[in-house]
Amino acid sequence: MTARTNVLLLGLAALIVAAPLVLNPSAPFGGTDDAASELVAASHPDYRRWTTPLWEPPGKEVESLLFALQAAIGAGVLGYVIGRRSK
Amino acid sequence: MHIMEGFLPAGHALAWTLVSAPFVVVGARRLRRVVAERPEARLQLAAAGGFTFVLSALKLPSVTGSCSHPTGTSLGAMMFGPPVMAVMGTMVLLFQALLLAHGGLTTLGANVFSMAVAGPWVAWAVWRAADRLGLPMAVGIFLSALLGDLATYGVTSAQLALAFPDAVSGFGGAFVKFAGIFAVTQAPLAVAEGLVTVVVMNALAARGQHPMVGVKA
Repeated sequence: MTARTNVLLLGLAALIVAAPLVLNPSAPFGGTDDAASELVAASHPDYRRWTTPLWEPPGKEVESLLFALQAAIGAGVLGYVIGRRSK
Repeated sequence: MHIMEGFLPAGHALAWTLVSAPFVVVGARRLRRVVAERPEARLQLAAAGGFTFVLSALKLPSVTGSCSHPTGTSLGAMMFGPPVMAVMGTMVLLFQALLLAHGGLTTLGANVFSMAVAGPWVAWAVWRAADRLGLPMAVGIFLSALLGDLATYGVTSAQLALAFPDAVSGFGGAFVKFAGIFAVTQAPLAVAEGLVTVVVMNALAARGQHPMVGVKA
């Protein structure tokens, strides 16, 4: 497949992800994982959460730092392999 | 697809841990064998792991007005077979459970089963079926990543429905409710993951890091 096809496919993927922001700008865009936890709490109010995380990132900023770090590690490794000249 | 820490009853948490553990052990053995037999495959393994790291860190907006993340485990399942991805997926989930409070240690077994076992196995089965049907390679890669991603979220919905059945409609009703949160949001994101996976597979193939087509599980 050509470079043009690749650009087209990536563009399409970006469009799919960006479209909701335009189509549905007032939505809260909360995480589905948290939504599921809320549904559990709502449908089973007597369920007691019996453990909590050992450590939680103090605040949204540190959390986004660690998410960015995770993506950066992955992208760095992937980019190294793809960009490496094959011998 | 992350079930948060403490959001599975202890019995369920233990059961999923016991179910997932053998997959991770077998995967670790397989991983060691791949590295021993073909040291040059280490780069491809790193690429497969890196891809999962990136994709599962990205929480993407969806048409439902909520955000969810792709899994990225299908690429490695196609390249190395599903067992290896049980190990890679577990590494990602551990990172997120320990550093991000996303997912958890007691729910690790359940999350490993959905993202690192069920997703890769479905992806691999779809990949093999597409190959057998003679579909073009890009179509097979796309469908594999798409369905592997969706399968992960389907399994999460089932796990939650098993633990928290609806008071009236039981497992079925609860499954529909959880799948309503996960699957609908995930559908467009799974398509995006499919497209990106095709591009990355192309890039790897073009660099001589060619995936092993039709690798045995």
